[in-house]
Amino acid sequence: MQNFLGEFYFFIEVLISGLLTGTLYSLIALGFVLIFKASGVFNFAQGAMMLFAALSFVGIQEKLGVPWPVAFVLAVLIMVILAYLVDKLVLGKLVNQEPIILFMATIGITFFIDGFGQTVWGSDIKVLDIGIPTGPLFIFDILIDKLELVAGVVAGVMVAGLAIFFSKTKVGRALRAVADDHQAALSVGISLHHIWIIVWSVAGLVGLIAGIMWGTKLGVQFSLSLVALKALPVLILGGFTSIPGAIVGGLIIGAGEKLAEIYIGPFIGGAIENWFAYMLAMVFLLFRPQGLFGEKIIERV
Amino acid sequence: MFYRESGQFSSSYKQDQAIFPLRQDRIGLILILLVAFFGVPLVASDYLISAIFIPFLILALAALGLNVLTGYAGQLSLGTGGFMAVGAFMAYKFATGMPEMPIVLVLLMGGLMSAGVGIMFGIPSLRIKGFYLAVATLAAQFFIEWLFIKVGWFTNYSASGVITAPPLAIGLPFTSLEYVFDTSAKKYIFTLCFVVVLALATKNLIRSHIGRGWMAIRDMDIAAEIIGFKPLQTKLSAFAVSSFLCGVAGALWAFVHLGTVEPEAFGINRSFSILFMIIIGGLGSIMGAFIGAAFITLLPIFLNNVPPMLGMNLAVDLVVHIEFMVFGIMIVFFLIVEPHGLARLWSIGKEKLRTWPFPY
Repeated sequence: MQNFLGEFYFFIEVLISGLLTGTLYSLIALGFVLIFKASGVFNFAQGAMMLFAALSFVGIQEKLGVPWPVAFVLAVLIMVILAYLVDKLVLGKLVNQEPIILFMATIGITFFIDGFGQTVWGSDIKVLDIGIPTGPLFIFDILIDKLELVAGVVAGVMVAGLAIFFSKTKVGRALRAVADDHQAALSVGISLHHIWIIVWSVAGLVGLIAGIMWGTKLGVQFSLSLVALKALPVLILGGFTSIPGAIVGGLIIGAGEKLAEIYIGPFIGGAIENWFAYMLAMVFLLFRPQGLFGEKIIERV
Repeated sequence: MFYRESGQFSSSYKQDQAIFPLRQDRIGLILILLVAFFGVPLVASDYLISAIFIPFLILALAALGLNVLTGYAGQLSLGTGGFMAVGAFMAYKFATGMPEMPIVLVLLMGGLMSAGVGIMFGIPSLRIKGFYLAVATLAAQFFIEWLFIKVGWFTNYSASGVITAPPLAIGLPFTSLEYVFDTSAKKYIFTLCFVVVLALATKNLIRSHIGRGWMAIRDMDIAAEIIGFKPLQTKLSAFAVSSFLCGVAGALWAFVHLGTVEPEAFGINRSFSILFMIIIGGLGSIMGAFIGAAFITLLPIFLNNVPPMLGMNLAVDLVVHIEFMVFGIMIVFFLIVEPHGLARLWSIGKEKLRTWPFPY
């Protein structure tokens, strides 16, 4: 009986840890969803933006020696400038191109930002510590990582905030109009450029927050932008256009891959976390191409 | 003036359907091939051949493969590295499992296995498109990489996970002698033969019914289906041909270029760099694959060598970061300014030569 209870506790621990890691994935996925929802661009650069934001944040703290709230504001400013430049130099020139061209352009942006960020701020691993509690916490004998708990709360707050932003504010409605139809939005007097700058800035802010969370967990280094690749299956599962979808997808992927690693992994060699999420997403795609909460795509051959 | 088509008439169907209908093109191709086959091995140093020409040829072949899929059939793939890995590792299994199998056949079998895997991962393309498919091919990339690291059978249970390719040797017919490709110049010729044959075959395939089907699917899949191209066969054949070429390229990379190889050599970065080759070189163009591969192979060497000549000493990691930035800028630049890539510049040049010395 004792043994069974131990097993059960272990299962719960794995599950909770997976779910909370999942919220960290969701944080990254949110950035993708924001840009996709508001401009129809699938932004591959979200991971690079997260790395760049976190690098800037830590770099400003190091070089200028300012307290972290100041560094945070400056980092947000940098992301806004980045958003402006992306619109001015890249997206503005690619209006009305096919989505796949825009996607490839964001791969280009990814490489540029990765190289640029590391040129400016150096490529050594940086410690990020702004006083987010880390370490284990025991609730009913179940071990939970404090950082993951905080990340879960932050993700929840951000989702609520973004949901209100999208549905209740004027800017939010304009964003959705742009996503539906560039031409129509333009003709009712919505400035495409303003919208893009706003949404890329917000995505930059989301990236910064995700970067701070992941940076606290892993240290700020290049591999952060690889973590972001994990957000892709989350998106597929949740649907590209749905903010709640990003959260639910993140939870499923997070929990699924932890459980798979613990309970299936040992039988087939371990370290299956890298691809399990993708396989899950791919199998899922075959049955429901639009994702759990995505809008139905009618064109299909 | 130099590129005049007038006066060149086709008087038979055979002439009309020739692969290079223009005399200038034929002469140009023969010149290029002469230089590649005789000029380069005679003039270039061992270092140049083994560090630049061989990888360039192999990467060009992989880029050709991806171009079939992405440039001609319009299916974006980020799993090129994975398909190359399949080619390399399966060729290794054939070479060690059946030592009497001729080396050319071994490499082609690697490609065929890769084609099979490509078809498997191409199946989702029937229901999903664009970046959804890109994510599905990422699944292939990560899964294949993991498989070769974790499953000992593929590496014959070598402890380090590294495979060592057998020496390249071709048995001469009617004798027991073997011709061994041991110097870099010989290896270069070996690679060149493969690349030239496969490139010509691909060029012919593009002009055939199959190739037109790929382009029709790329341009508008629904219309393509209406005029009678079956999406299933068309898309899967694109995946098969593409991953065949990538698989052969991977096998060559392992057997000719590196000799010993580990799965990490075919990581996600390899996939990206090959995607960059076709974007910069030109989507949907055979020549673009070659120009793009040349560009991407030469740029790091340029960045490593030119700044020191100018008296600037860049740190190693800085060079890598600058490389990243240049790639990023080039991608965006070409997508905005010249979606057909560097290959388009060549065809503009041809137009100019046609009317030279007059501007129009």
